[in-house]
Amino acid sequence: MYKIGIIGERDSVMGFMAIGFSVHEASDSETAAKILHGLAKDESYAIIFIVENYAKALAEDIARYKDLPLPAIISIPGRAGSDGSGMAAIKSAVERAVGADILFKE
Amino acid sequence: MAELRVNPTRMELKKVQARYVTARRGHKLLKDKRDELMKKFLEVVRENKELRERVETSLARVHGSFSIASATASPQMLKEALILPKKEGKLEVSYRNVMSVTVPVFSLQVLSEGGADGYNYGMAFTSGELDTAAWELNSILEDMVKLAELEKTAQMLAEEIEKTRRRVNALEYIMMPRYLETIKTIKMKLEENERGNTTRLMKVKDMMLAQQMQQAQTHAADEVSSSSI
Repeated sequence: MYKIGIIGERDSVMGFMAIGFSVHEASDSETAAKILHGLAKDESYAIIFIVENYAKALAEDIARYKDLPLPAIISIPGRAGSDGSGMAAIKSAVERAVGADILFKE
Repeated sequence: MAELRVNPTRMELKKVQARYVTARRGHKLLKDKRDELMKKFLEVVRENKELRERVETSLARVHGSFSIASATASPQMLKEALILPKKEGKLEVSYRNVMSVTVPVFSLQVLSEGGADGYNYGMAFTSGELDTAAWELNSILEDMVKLAELEKTAQMLAEEIEKTRRRVNALEYIMMPRYLETIKTIKMKLEENERGNTTRLMKVKDMMLAQQMQQAQTHAADEVSSSSI
């Protein structure tokens, strides 16, 4: 039995309480980083969603967990709407694997 | 291309040849692995992209309704309404092996308790927007879990492909040419030695012949002189 965590500012993440996520509010990216590492060390979290603006600030911290099977750290758009960084992550994975972006070019 | 520093002997030649054969076989296997990984990766990443688009649009709607809900209700009331989830998901993790990459598989079992409406609060103090937000969230919960799984899989496959590609290239452009070069050098050195040996033998033979001729000549001269006396 694993838990799903979500990190972000209050307004973006509160709603996720309703579907049983474990909600962690962070008011700045430093707090978010602390929470992120705490959750990643705690092995009961399988998925950690993180709101995009923090995901961007913590890109290096997130990259540390990229190659481990757990936890999956996924960025989701916050209240301000998507800034495309989630898609950019997919794009960078494609570039890493293929060597060129073959998925998004029009 | 810098060749390996080895003694040009038949023994080393054999060794390097064996290593070359191994490298060639490894190269072929790794290349096949890379191709298959790439196929799997592209499947996953396409699905990942579609799912992310869907989740992002849904989330935008959720945040929209939720903003309105939080504008009409006090934060305490909102928190109170949401704090006890009615729908509790049980997340189980199993692992799948994709071309020797271990990727997680998330499966969510939704344990609904109580009424069928899925709302974890009374209707009296909250607005309709909150219902919309909660309902929409409920409906994308599974998609979000699936998204996490796909995205993780894509990341891990990308890493493995990168590693494999590097190995393939190292074998193809560094190791194998180096072995070939070394084999060539050793063979050339051995042939050179062989030729050196032949010339030396020929030279020795010439020298021996010359010596014999001279001996024969002096012998003959001796006989001539002794018979004339």
